[in-house]
Amino acid sequence: MRAALQLSEAGLKTAVLSKVFPTRSHTVAAQGGVSASLGNSEEDHWHWHMYDTVKGSDWLGDQDAIEFMCREAPKVVTELEHFGMPFDRNADGTIYQRPFGGHMSNFGEKPVRRACAAADRTGHAMLHALYQRNVRANTHFFVEWMALDLIRDADGNVQGVIAMEMETSEIVVFQAKATLFATGGAGRIYASSTNAFINTGDGLGMAARAGIPLEDMEFWQFHPTGVAGAGVLITEGVRGEGGILRNSAGERFMERYAPNAKDLASRDVVSRAMVTEINEGRGCGPNKDHVLLDITHLDPEVIMSKLPGIREISIKFAGVDPIKAPIPVVPTCHYQMGGIPTNYHGEVVVGGKPVTGFYAAGECACASVHGANRLGTNSLLDLLVFGKSSANSMIDFIKQQPLELPELATSDVERSVARVERLNKQTNGVAVNDARSAMQRTMQAHCGVFRFKDMLAQGVEKILEVEKMVQQTEISDKSSVFNMARIEALELENLIEVAKATMISANARTESRGAHVRDDAPDTAETPNGRDDANWLKHTLWSRDGNRLEYKPVNMQPLTVDTIALKTRSY
Amino acid sequence: MTAYDPIELKRIRWRSRRGLLELDLVLERFFAQRFDALSPAEIDAYKRILDLPDTDFLDVVNGKADLDDPEEAAIIEILRAV
Ligand SMILES: Cc1cc2nc3c(=O)[nH]c(=O)nc-3n(C[C@H](O)[C@H](O)[C@H](O)COP(=O)(O)OP(=O)(O)OC[C@H]3O[C@@H](n4cnc5c(N)ncnc54)[C@H](O)[C@@H]3O)c2cc1C
Repeated sequence: MRAALQLSEAGLKTAVLSKVFPTRSHTVAAQGGVSASLGNSEEDHWHWHMYDTVKGSDWLGDQDAIEFMCREAPKVVTELEHFGMPFDRNADGTIYQRPFGGHMSNFGEKPVRRACAAADRTGHAMLHALYQRNVRANTHFFVEWMALDLIRDADGNVQGVIAMEMETSEIVVFQAKATLFATGGAGRIYASSTNAFINTGDGLGMAARAGIPLEDMEFWQFHPTGVAGAGVLITEGVRGEGGILRNSAGERFMERYAPNAKDLASRDVVSRAMVTEINEGRGCGPNKDHVLLDITHLDPEVIMSKLPGIREISIKFAGVDPIKAPIPVVPTCHYQMGGIPTNYHGEVVVGGKPVTGFYAAGECACASVHGANRLGTNSLLDLLVFGKSSANSMIDFIKQQPLELPELATSDVERSVARVERLNKQTNGVAVNDARSAMQRTMQAHCGVFRFKDMLAQGVEKILEVEKMVQQTEISDKSSVFNMARIEALELENLIEVAKATMISANARTESRGAHVRDDAPDTAETPNGRDDANWLKHTLWSRDGNRLEYKPVNMQPLTVDTIALKTRSY
Repeated sequence: MTAYDPIELKRIRWRSRRGLLELDLVLERFFAQRFDALSPAEIDAYKRILDLPDTDFLDVVNGKADLDDPEEAAIIEILRAV
């Protein structure tokens, strides 16, 4: 919507397609805020923000894009304020800022207040402000339309998308001079995910089918404690108040992994211990696939006063009252760092060259500013900065184009229609739910927060088996109107592309970096924490065709300042 | 139960896909357990609730806020219980 606004205000005819009403996009879940070095509460500088982002990315982020984003941040946040975003304010009327993990002053010295929020509804307020502005600018919204595939001509130039109107199942071509994907993440590839059901990575699936590689898909951010089977987060404050993690034997296993910090060890240490327990057969439940977070020993008064909401979440989503029984928890997928490869102009880049007419921004894109790990509040910033920059690139590009649209290439249209036809005609096929849950379980078990060589290798085979299931999905409801079964089957065809990209990229990257942590990556002087810069300081590019992997160098050259030199990442 | 427009029912089902995971989970259970037994008037009330922004909707389901309309409040009671 940030891009659409820029385009409409430039006087261009702009269509926005969305599966759901735009203000019900998953961005509504973002509470923490959006980062910008406004320096309203204490001294701050974009260069410090840049340093934190490079370090957070474990040096996999492209430093030109990171400099661009951090320099633009104060501008785009102030613009958003002018668009009517109800930011929290200081007494002097400036935007109130609060600290957020990983954001520091003076090149990593001490925490700085950089996050701008609108109460606990930042994402919601942002969607509303942008939607209202778009309506005023006459952006044309096509609500409850699902884009199915990208259209490319014989030279690879992008001509638009094929889309289905959900109400009628009618399939229509949207031909455009320039096409932008802002389709969000694909967190639903995992069994345990904080993402809403709508996050099915459609943009990534469409790009992959159109021959565009996906970048750095092995990097996913996880949270250690989501409710097993549901994904709803249990705040880390629960362990802070004395919550204890236990395995199937009731053992407080963190004592073995972190004798001093125990359950208060850092996120990655806790996640790793949980996964090790599960992998070694000490998980809980009938599938031995989670551990327990025990607060039964705490005074119920403390639970009610210090951990509000936790009891309700646990009762509602885990079916247990945590005063009486421990909560089943599991490391839970949260954010996708990789995506469609772009530069900081929002242009999709393949083989070092922009794909004519194709742009991407937001969680579906990889600029790459988040590298191997995203800092909190940097993703809403990413939406604003690259939404705007990609729209500016589109405006420049469209100005150079002849007024008339070129002749439409039909082969992609035919392929897309055939895909829907296959689904409609499939008999003796696989139920969508079965295929999806096979994919989710495979990803969770073989390519979760902490990864093992053998598990990854088996995971590659398994996910290719699951792909065969996805190719044979069958739906019993063949009707036209709001056919949710058909929509879910088509979404699964996108998810599986992301799942393959993730598993295959993760299997190949034999180091640990950022959110990709492998048991077999040795911690040596040359490879601290398993990070192997000599061999792996490079971006992965997975192509759907033959599951091919290629690599491209990380851009270590910022736009105006010196390179932020490689260092061990420690906090 | 009098018949409700089947097309409208399917629209309602899709619009129950929300931006927040917690709502998705609650509504999924609601459809599996309770929705089929609703009267047309109750479905109308549910449809009005779907117009709420996700954040307000979740607050009501979590009991942090209430709805004034008694028919809507009755649906919310069901959602709180599933
Ligand atoms: C619980 C939670 C809390 C978070 N908190 C923060 C935070 O505090 N700060 C922060 O910076 N980040 C946060 N994040 C991350 C951040 O919210 C997301 O990265 C960001 O909102 C993604 O925005 P997006 O515009 O890329 O995608 P989305 O908001 O997911 O929007 C995608 C849009 O694309 C449409 N779409 C998708 N596929 C199709 C298709 N095939 N056809 C038509 N339309 C389609 C959808 O309808 C939707 O409108 C949080 C994430 C989670 C899960």
